Amino acid sequence: MTEMWVNMGPQHPMTHGLWNLRVKIDGEIITDATPVIGYLHRGWEKMVEARDFKQIIPLADRLCYGSSLTWSHLYVRTIEELMDVDVPERAQWIRVITLEMQRISSHLMWLAAVGTDLGSYTIFLYCMRERELFLDLMTNLTGARMTYNYVRIGGVRNDLPPNFERDTLRVLKLFEERMKEYEALCDRTTSFRVRMEDVGMLTPADAMNLGVTGPNMRGSKIDFDIRRDDPYETYDQVDFEVCVEDTCDSFARYRVRMREMEVSCDIIRQALKKLRDGPVRVKAPNNAPSGSAFFHVEDPRGEGLMYAIGDGTNQPYRLKVRSPIFVSVSATPVMLIGEKMADVPAIMGSIDMCLGETDR
Amino acid sequence: MDLSLSPHAIAMTAKEFQEMAKDMVLGLARNPMLKKPIDGLTAPIWAWGQRNAIYPLHFGVACCALEMAAASACRWDAERLGMIYRSSPRQSDVLLVNGWISQKLRPSLRRLYEQMPEPKWVVAMGECAISGGPWYDAYNVIQGLDTFIPVDIYIPGCPPRPEAMIDGFMKLNRKITAEQKGTFLD
Repeated sequence: MTEMWVNMGPQHPMTHGLWNLRVKIDGEIITDATPVIGYLHRGWEKMVEARDFKQIIPLADRLCYGSSLTWSHLYVRTIEELMDVDVPERAQWIRVITLEMQRISSHLMWLAAVGTDLGSYTIFLYCMRERELFLDLMTNLTGARMTYNYVRIGGVRNDLPPNFERDTLRVLKLFEERMKEYEALCDRTTSFRVRMEDVGMLTPADAMNLGVTGPNMRGSKIDFDIRRDDPYETYDQVDFEVCVEDTCDSFARYRVRMREMEVSCDIIRQALKKLRDGPVRVKAPNNAPSGSAFFHVEDPRGEGLMYAIGDGTNQPYRLKVRSPIFVSVSATPVMLIGEKMADVPAIMGSIDMCLGETDR
Repeated sequence: MDLSLSPHAIAMTAKEFQEMAKDMVLGLARNPMLKKPIDGLTAPIWAWGQRNAIYPLHFGVACCALEMAAASACRWDAERLGMIYRSSPRQSDVLLVNGWISQKLRPSLRRLYEQMPEPKWVVAMGECAISGGPWYDAYNVIQGLDTFIPVDIYIPGCPPRPEAMIDGFMKLNRKITAEQKGTFLD
């Protein structure tokens, strides 16, 4: 049988986002794979060198639209490290609550996308239905559905609206009941398990050597979570479990994300209990001192890292972004080679691509 | 009609006769004197069919793609308005561009547009596709979709809410009704 290259992308139902997966197939077996990215490159890092620090916050929202608040928070924390600003405790708790909500809605968006990939439109409809609940909470808090522009250098923009706690607890109760439906729909369905199990194997050694982080890494038996191992905000006062699965396949990565959603609900409940009155924002300087700072957070997709250099002006001299998916996508050949062509959506869906941050 | 052929017409097979009759009818109908009234009578039917089955291309670019997905999910349910996403440009009527267009994407997008069969419409969703949006000074972003593809409807917002997107498609409906692009005779 002769081998041939197949282009999957840039316009292809499998690619969530805009990228091109070139696979070399021998019959049905994949013998080589090359991800081609860069279709969404807009020169983010260069562009922000001509913006002042406050103007970059909404642009950081648009780095990854699936989890925009995580990225503006990461940016703001980096600049707070650079400027040496201390954030009030209430603002930190509000950040924890919003970050976990963002994690849930990002994971739901991921599950919706994987559901359509695997031919189950029901999963898509269910996940989008629950995602709307969390987006409603965020709209109530910030005024926007997706790109929030909420975190500020020195705190958050506004305090919680009235009845936010009551609404959140209601949504969490409803969501946790409906999680059981998802498990019935996915975990206990043969068609879903047959597609997801034993495909896309990523051994722990490969995951570590390739720098894969986040749920993809925790699906490969590596027990690491920045929220626990290098806590930021008030994550050190929260008691939560780090979800690790040990089967290393697509199903393990799916299970990690499902369990993380439950853990996030738990974190939000604890944070709401520990929330105390106080200011939500302190005044931050306009100019950053000369020097450099870096910060890393647990993005829903892995470890996001930013490195900023200040030169005494109100603009960053350099802002470097480390995107988790840019690194994870380099593990594509390892996961794909030897698998069948029809398993590509199940494998590539399970690493949760987000091209906005990958191409920057 | 050439009457000298009449003995042969009688000796024709059924298929030959059908083709001859079709050519004759179409030839008559395409006569400028007749084409205009026929189009005037049938174009509203054609436009009614087109506007109630708008199939956009399933092509998620950036942020607005999530709102596109939200618009087709439970709360807004765009399918009740005939918007069903097709994965192939050969099967779709509307090119919905929802995101910034980089230099690398531009040739692919142009090609997708050219692969779509006529009649086709283009919707630019979000600030990036309209005018470059927040990336107005980025070196790699095309400043607006209309610099290389004719655009019918602009949906502003960053990102627009799903209601705004559905409203844009309703405006496209009215445009299709008004312009009555199609004809049975082509």
